[in-house]
Amino acid sequence: MTTAPAHPGSPTTPKPKAVVRVGDRVFSAASVISGGLILVVLALVAAFLVWQSIPAFSAKVGELPNQAANFWDYVGPLVFGTVWSALLALVMAVPLSIGIALFISHFAPRRIAPVLGYVIDLLAAVPSVVYGLWGIVVLARFVQPFYSFLNEYLGWFPLFSGQISGTGRTILTASIVLAVMAIPIMTAVMREIFLQAPTLNEEAALALGATRWEMIRLSVLPFAKSGIVSAIMLGLGRALGETMAIALVLSVSTNVTFQLLTSLNPSTIAANIALQFAEASGTALNALIASGLILFVITLVINMLARYIVRKRVS
Amino acid sequence: MSLALRQSPGNVFANGKLHKSVPWLLLGGSWVALALVFALLNAGGAVKDFNIVAALFLGTVLFDVLIVVVSRIVEGGRKAVDRLITSLVVTAFVIAVLPLVSLLYTVLADGLARFDAAFFSYSMRGVISVGGGALHALIGTLEITLFAALMAVPIGLLTSIYLVEYGRGPLARGITFFVDVMTGIPSIVAGLFAYSLFALFLGPGARFGLVGSVALAVLMIPIVVRSTEEVLKIVPMELREASYALGVPKWLTIIKVVLPTSLAGITTGVMLAIARVIGETAPLLVTAGFTTSMNYDLFKNPMMTLPVFAYTQYSQQGANPVPFVDRAWTAALVLILIVMVLNLLARFITRLFAPKLSR
Amino acid sequence: MSKRIEVDGLNVYYSKFKAVEGVDMTIEPRTVTAFIGPSGCGKSTFLRTLNRMHEVIPGAYVEGSVKVDGDDLYAPGVDPVIVRRQVGMVFQRPNPFPTMSIKDNVLAGVKLNNKRISKSEADDIVERSLQGANLWNEVKDRLDKPGMGLSGGQQQRLCIARAIAVQPDVLLMDEPCSALDPISTLAIEDLIEELKKEFTIVIVTHNMQQASRVSDKTAFFNIAGTGAPGKLIEFDDTATMFSNPSVQATEDYVSGRFG
Repeated sequence: MTTAPAHPGSPTTPKPKAVVRVGDRVFSAASVISGGLILVVLALVAAFLVWQSIPAFSAKVGELPNQAANFWDYVGPLVFGTVWSALLALVMAVPLSIGIALFISHFAPRRIAPVLGYVIDLLAAVPSVVYGLWGIVVLARFVQPFYSFLNEYLGWFPLFSGQISGTGRTILTASIVLAVMAIPIMTAVMREIFLQAPTLNEEAALALGATRWEMIRLSVLPFAKSGIVSAIMLGLGRALGETMAIALVLSVSTNVTFQLLTSLNPSTIAANIALQFAEASGTALNALIASGLILFVITLVINMLARYIVRKRVS
Repeated sequence: MSLALRQSPGNVFANGKLHKSVPWLLLGGSWVALALVFALLNAGGAVKDFNIVAALFLGTVLFDVLIVVVSRIVEGGRKAVDRLITSLVVTAFVIAVLPLVSLLYTVLADGLARFDAAFFSYSMRGVISVGGGALHALIGTLEITLFAALMAVPIGLLTSIYLVEYGRGPLARGITFFVDVMTGIPSIVAGLFAYSLFALFLGPGARFGLVGSVALAVLMIPIVVRSTEEVLKIVPMELREASYALGVPKWLTIIKVVLPTSLAGITTGVMLAIARVIGETAPLLVTAGFTTSMNYDLFKNPMMTLPVFAYTQYSQQGANPVPFVDRAWTAALVLILIVMVLNLLARFITRLFAPKLSR
Repeated sequence: MSKRIEVDGLNVYYSKFKAVEGVDMTIEPRTVTAFIGPSGCGKSTFLRTLNRMHEVIPGAYVEGSVKVDGDDLYAPGVDPVIVRRQVGMVFQRPNPFPTMSIKDNVLAGVKLNNKRISKSEADDIVERSLQGANLWNEVKDRLDKPGMGLSGGQQQRLCIARAIAVQPDVLLMDEPCSALDPISTLAIEDLIEELKKEFTIVIVTHNMQQASRVSDKTAFFNIAGTGAPGKLIEFDDTATMFSNPSVQATEDYVSGRFG
């Protein structure tokens, strides 16, 4: 860039400076600070949890509840229960969610489809404590006869073996409640994705002489693959962190077992905290918080995985 | 009645086709058949009591098998699969709706018992069996949630304003990513965090309303950020540019043009966030704690909240469980009513203000 | 393989709205027929009734009959799935299935009816169809690559290959070149010349020059005003339609006075 030679005697015009208003400064600073606050809060969550958990990690025999030898001994069964119940819930919820989302997006009459979507969304609005009450009062009593039947005639199958629970308050029941809570979340995401399947590809499939299911198989499901996966991860995150439904429904023990129909069920991290927190003190309290930290890490990983999958698809 | 329909013999496009009523007849027939089976088993003493749900479910399974076989014979394999899938997705939907219906029915039926004036005017102070109410819990929920909103809404709003209006670089990307992460924090972990934060300054056992508010705020912030961001993004760029062209500075544009345009959406987002956290039990269990008396002070002493009330009434029943269970269900009913009202209000506001914003 | 189409008194409705009115025409086998007319005159709508694709829109139905070699598409008991198998369609914008390879795209329609075909049979069909679509030489070395990796013109020829792989009687083309560049358009027009040896082809086009280049007979549709149904105004040999049409409206349209 060439500059005009300055003539002696004539003043060079100063470059105009953008006027920065005080209002703008203050406002943008406030918004940046708020945004930064989010990061700070998250960092604090992690930091405080870690800080309060440390005594538990180095705890010795006798300091931890359940006669656990060390922290990992204590939290191991809880992790098992958390993951096992979430897995059971997903096994039931995922096929149902896919079916429901497909029903609303491609099978139901167009005019009532939004209403049906809203009905499913209602499931998400119910507070978890109400689900817990319903689970223990209604569902457990309802499924107990079926459990009896399974235990009596199919008791040779490891999942159905063991001493049958008289109340129906088993991990299978709790997982059913978790499944009902996870369905609306997964269905909402899947529904969106199914509706976004390109109409052009749907018409191409139909023009080749495909039935409705074949069209869905050819053009909707391949398109929705990663959306389905991220929906599943969201549902998984919900199931892992759910507290009250399990705390109310499950008849807990320190048992680690795959048996579905007994009253000696592994507890979950979240439910354990809810049940023990009021009376806990000292190292036991630290242990509870430490288990909460473990739960936080697990759900964090799942969440980040879900976001990563979504981003990979978009790019 | 013939099942196959060949009206124009030799029409190369025609195929066997089941009459419209056939699937319904098969379905009804299957249900009746299974009901009979269960009735017989019942009469024979093999089953304890007549199980209508099992009859319906197994009847539907029978229907699925029958429709595939019948359709395959008459219409061909591909159409049979299509019919099966249709049956499966409808069944999936029905299975999902059943718990909802059962739950709403139970809450209504069992909650009405104590849905009286006393419930809304007394606390549990001094009550060991019948009587009492949830006034302390209602006030607690109101105060704690409002204070949480007071903290979460400005932070959330300003953050989303930053993300939409200002942020371009790594800070914005980091914030977006972590807001996403925040949406996945289990509610009990949020409660533990709030507890730990206050335990740092006040030692263990710090249980009062404010701690609960902080926990709820941590849960509310990502919801507010996400929904406000959506709404702010919808405001057309032309609107902002028109304001700048008139010489209005950016911050005033945001306050006087962008925010009022998206006010309805922001309000809706806030209401939905409140509806989400108002039913949270776990974080409040470990923060605001439990009490039977009225407490108006957020900064001192445990404060009862409605979800915790429902939980403790059920889990800590007295010698006579009935009044406790009744109160628990009524609390559940009130909770659901509040959540529904908030949701409906949010929907109503959206619809009321939507036409004004031209797409 | 190619068949005659006879349309008799066809009215097309979208719920209560009559979109097309009273169409009578006969299309001979192994000919190319072009539908021309201004936007919104119902030519695409009418085209879609020839393979019952209009039924994708809820509430759409027809009165009258469409007979392919004597068999009425709208007779009671007719399965639209079978109709669409015999009457293929190529769309305005190329739409190969994005998650499938070129080979799988071509075979997509074939596999619907024959789940188990031997590899050699499949390869034969793929080669035959891609040859028929003038695409074989360009893609024969990358049949397993994704269909979306091709250029626009190639994608459209892939869609044509996919459509002819199932050996339909009739091939419908809804403005197949409007999303393509001139070179690809020419390639497709040459292809149509080839294809008409085997199939009956009906093509909707906005481009009058294309219609005059490619078709044996042309049908001119017009609409009286917004809200009025579209009508078939004139149907005749292409040469006649463009040089000496009988109806004034046709003359006005082909000489560019409106539309």
